[in-house]
Amino acid sequence: MQTPAPFGYERATSVDHAIQLLEQLGPEARLVAGGHSLLPMMKIRLAQPEHLIDINPLAAELGSISIDGDSLVIGAMTRHNDLLASPLVGEHFPILQDAERVIADPVVRNRGTVGGSLCQADPAEDLSAALSALHATATIRGSSGSRSVPVRELHVGPYETVVGDAEILTEIRVPIRNGCGSAYEKVERRVGDWAIASAAAVVWMDGGIITDAGVGLAAVGADHFVSPAAEAALRGQQPTEDVIVAAAAAAAAECNPSTDQRGPAEYKRHLAGELTARALRRAVARAQGGQ
Amino acid sequence: MSHDHHNMVSVSVTVNGESRTEECEARMLLVHFIREKLGLTGTHWGCDTSNCGVCVVSVDGQPVKSCTMLAAMADGAELTTVEGLETADGLHPIQQGFMECHGLQCGFCTPGMMIAAKSLLEQNPNPTEHEIRDGLSGQLCRCTGYHNIIKAVQFAAEKMSASEEGASA
Ligand SMILES: Cc1cc2nc3c(=O)[nH]c(=O)nc-3n(C[C@H](O)[C@H](O)[C@H](O)COP(=O)(O)OP(=O)(O)OC[C@H]3O[C@@H](n4cnc5c(N)ncnc54)[C@H](O)[C@@H]3O)c2cc1C
Ligand code: FES
Ligand code: FES
Repeated sequence: MQTPAPFGYERATSVDHAIQLLEQLGPEARLVAGGHSLLPMMKIRLAQPEHLIDINPLAAELGSISIDGDSLVIGAMTRHNDLLASPLVGEHFPILQDAERVIADPVVRNRGTVGGSLCQADPAEDLSAALSALHATATIRGSSGSRSVPVRELHVGPYETVVGDAEILTEIRVPIRNGCGSAYEKVERRVGDWAIASAAAVVWMDGGIITDAGVGLAAVGADHFVSPAAEAALRGQQPTEDVIVAAAAAAAAECNPSTDQRGPAEYKRHLAGELTARALRRAVARAQGGQ
Repeated sequence: MSHDHHNMVSVSVTVNGESRTEECEARMLLVHFIREKLGLTGTHWGCDTSNCGVCVVSVDGQPVKSCTMLAAMADGAELTTVEGLETADGLHPIQQGFMECHGLQCGFCTPGMMIAAKSLLEQNPNPTEHEIRDGLSGQLCRCTGYHNIIKAVQFAAEKMSASEEGASA
């Protein structure tokens, strides 16, 4: 039986308290949210924090989904299943529910959180690709105040983010703009597994033209989970099949998959292109269907 | 690292209706707490990767993989384990379903399967076969091929909605 190495356990009672504990306990302290990435790593001793600061008591403070001005605001402690069930999310960004339906399994989704997913920064993490494609921003808080970072700048490498040792991700803000359509496509080895490859597509359309686009990729070594080349191939174009195929080819060319137990690099590159095309077709259809 | 007092925690839970308080190490996983501290060995433990689902218990009404939660995180929670399914009226319809439809062979996956199935039927009393398969996708069974597990859940769904109708008639 595998059990985490010993650690001190603290329960945060507010965001400020969590930050205070992080400062007081130093860099060997870690926040634990759903625990569904951190605890498995602690069991096999890939992670050995000296202190865990449990932020589950902040589920009410950080767990709501709401509209603020022209943004959808998703609290960091929002559980996967709450995102999946939210009518607000379904109305504005069906891509997030496409993604949630294929993230892990329903039991894992009861515990895993949006904030934990983004901060884990697993290269195959699905919400990072979807939220990057949506041009969302992350709000990060420390003792000196809050700062706002685009989700596409949150990740500096596998399992590494710009969130500091004594900082906490508090919420995600997704800008709501007219004419938006979005979709997510993933291929996995079996139900509930991490992606072999997945693609996130978002288009904003006006008068039959794609005025802006977001293309996200997970598990295929795309820098910051996005494909700027695919986005550039879409902007200012009509969403014809030729344009979609060209954007998908750009995404496939730009990513950098590696061969592992989930498949050879060339297969993943093929998937990156094909899934980008499929997601784009659905995103365009949703945009044209008038939300 | 140093073993200060923070490494030990006191955990109070209501388990199957009974209040219990036990001391344990902060690193103790809920599954081990349930088996070793509460003495309820119906909840199983089957992997180190949070994949198999045999450890699923209900925490405040939601199914959770108890190998991926610290006992400390469950302080104050209401737990239902497989031992809590049976009532004074007899076996829970889900237990009857597994018995009637041969929903188990070795039985190792069964406790987690039944707790997850209970939550599925609470949320969706009349699921399609696809919805049952999807709802139980966090549970692995090495024996049955799932076919009879699906039938067991369908049996329970029918039985539970029939008794609902009986109650409201
Ligand atoms: C069997 C299984 C299958 C899975 N399949 C998928 C999948 O297909 N796709 C997918 O995307 N994910 C998958 N996951 C991961 C799942 O989505 C996790 O819930 C998620 O990665 C982590 O969320 P968490 O809340 O559990 O984070 P935790 O494990 O609690 O934390 C993860 C990391 O983030 C840090 N952290 C957490 N919250 C904050 C915060 N608010 N501010 C700053 N730092 C924070 C922690 O310190 C830790 O370093 C799977 C997990 C399991 C167990
Ligand atoms: S023991 Fe396998 S998922 Fe919990
Ligand atoms: S009955 Fe043996 S694992 Fe399911």
